[in-house]
Amino acid sequence: MKSFTYERAQTPGQAAAAVAAHPGSRFIAGGTNLLDLMKHQIEAPTHLIDVNGLKLDSIEPTAEGGLRIGALVRNSDLATDERVRRDYGVLSRALLSGASGQLRNRATTAGNLLQRTRCVYFYDTDQACNKRQPGAGCSAIGGATRQLAVIGVSSACIATHPSDMAVAMRLLDANVETVRTDGRVRVIPIADFHRLPGTTPHIETALEPGELVTAVTLPRPTGGTHIYRKVRDRASYAFALISVAAIVQKDGSGRVAVGGVAHKPWRVEAAEAAMPNGAKAVTAGLLAGAAPTEHNAFKLTLVERTLSAVLAQARTTS
Amino acid sequence: METSDSLTISRRDLLIVGAASGAAATAISSHAQAVPASVSATAPVPVTKVSFEVNGQARMMQLDTRTTLLDALRETLHLTGTKKGCDHGQCGACTVLLDGRRIKACLTLAVMHEGASVTTVEGLGTPQRMHPMQAAFVKHDGYQCGYCTPGQICSAIGMLEEIRRGVPSHVTADLTVRPLLSASELQERMSGNICRCGAYSNIVDAITEVSGGQA
Repeated sequence: MKSFTYERAQTPGQAAAAVAAHPGSRFIAGGTNLLDLMKHQIEAPTHLIDVNGLKLDSIEPTAEGGLRIGALVRNSDLATDERVRRDYGVLSRALLSGASGQLRNRATTAGNLLQRTRCVYFYDTDQACNKRQPGAGCSAIGGATRQLAVIGVSSACIATHPSDMAVAMRLLDANVETVRTDGRVRVIPIADFHRLPGTTPHIETALEPGELVTAVTLPRPTGGTHIYRKVRDRASYAFALISVAAIVQKDGSGRVAVGGVAHKPWRVEAAEAAMPNGAKAVTAGLLAGAAPTEHNAFKLTLVERTLSAVLAQARTTS
Repeated sequence: METSDSLTISRRDLLIVGAASGAAATAISSHAQAVPASVSATAPVPVTKVSFEVNGQARMMQLDTRTTLLDALRETLHLTGTKKGCDHGQCGACTVLLDGRRIKACLTLAVMHEGASVTTVEGLGTPQRMHPMQAAFVKHDGYQCGYCTPGQICSAIGMLEEIRRGVPSHVTADLTVRPLLSASELQERMSGNICRCGAYSNIVDAITEVSGGQA
């Protein structure tokens, strides 16, 4: 790990001032992803700003009937919150399917959104990676791609976003609240928060340098049956090959988002009109334009079959 | 670190002494290689003061900011019960209780825990007065080599507390009711602790006994 200076911020304003004063600085909250990357020297901040003291760790009702989740709410606390379990079951399920008990106790809501890909070529510093070193090339393309993206890919990057939580947030139309270094706040719809790789895969979110996530808000609950089905190589403590998040209403309408297939949680609202017609029809729209490799083309079939199982489960539980 | 002088010699210290006297030339040469890299740095290594409680005892340290909680426990405080396995959050050997909640000590910096309370396996019990979870691991032979055991025990204690608080898991059938401890719940909830000897079935038996036998 490269050495760095360290400070504890007490207010979002103080954190913003600190990040503006120190080029090469990073915020640290749970640290479960950032420290791992620092040990590999994939991340090498020169200054760490500890934001754990910012008091952004509560879950409050919003005036619109939804929830405002503080950026520092730990994954295990969010999954356990009674309102989340009752009204946003898909979020609770997604969180509980990720990582391990110990990690969920530290990992935060904002950190989960901001975690970086687990593409093995990103982690292996002997390999070319446009995320680690823009312009270096991508060793994953033409390499072992079984885990990697099948849609929204570019000739610069085929990495996936690893989060389960973010897939549920996308399904729920969450909004990300932030504060910029000059103190201005803004709201970023989750659909626009994560970017596709394009020619700049090192720019992964809509955040400006130094911009701090303060909360994630959920709109008023939609009702329906909430399901998160994750398919992986072992039954626990593994990243998704693919995952399907769905909310299905009694009349068969609903919404669906998919994880493990793209550089961001994948949702195509236009494809959801086909929900009452079954998984094949939805998947055709959801994954139209997919560009898989021979190693990961199975993900297209796996999404359709998993969605089929999810819809069948919804019919039996609604 | 202020207590390091008063430590009695542990098995580990004896092993270190033995290794150093047996392979002094190797140890010196590898040390000599390591030194120039650190002294060639232009700026002094940043350090930060931090104090937190470990096993009920206040500890004050001045640490290289890079020091993980795991390394502070093992290398600075000489509490070597907590083990370093993968050092990347994958194996669970470094599991400790932070303010009563189980975490991986390798994926957090020591300086981030000002004022916190940390419990390691040394704080749970002694060979004469073991914690019930320690006693159950002995009784059920919940280990072979023992390297993952301190992490397994701390994790199991944190896990049972999570069930008591009503934290659901991936295998909890109904999110709206309090979870009960079953074998499948226990296996899911302990998946962050790897045992390469494969003592899992005995670990399940030990935890089940402590939990009151619901599993």
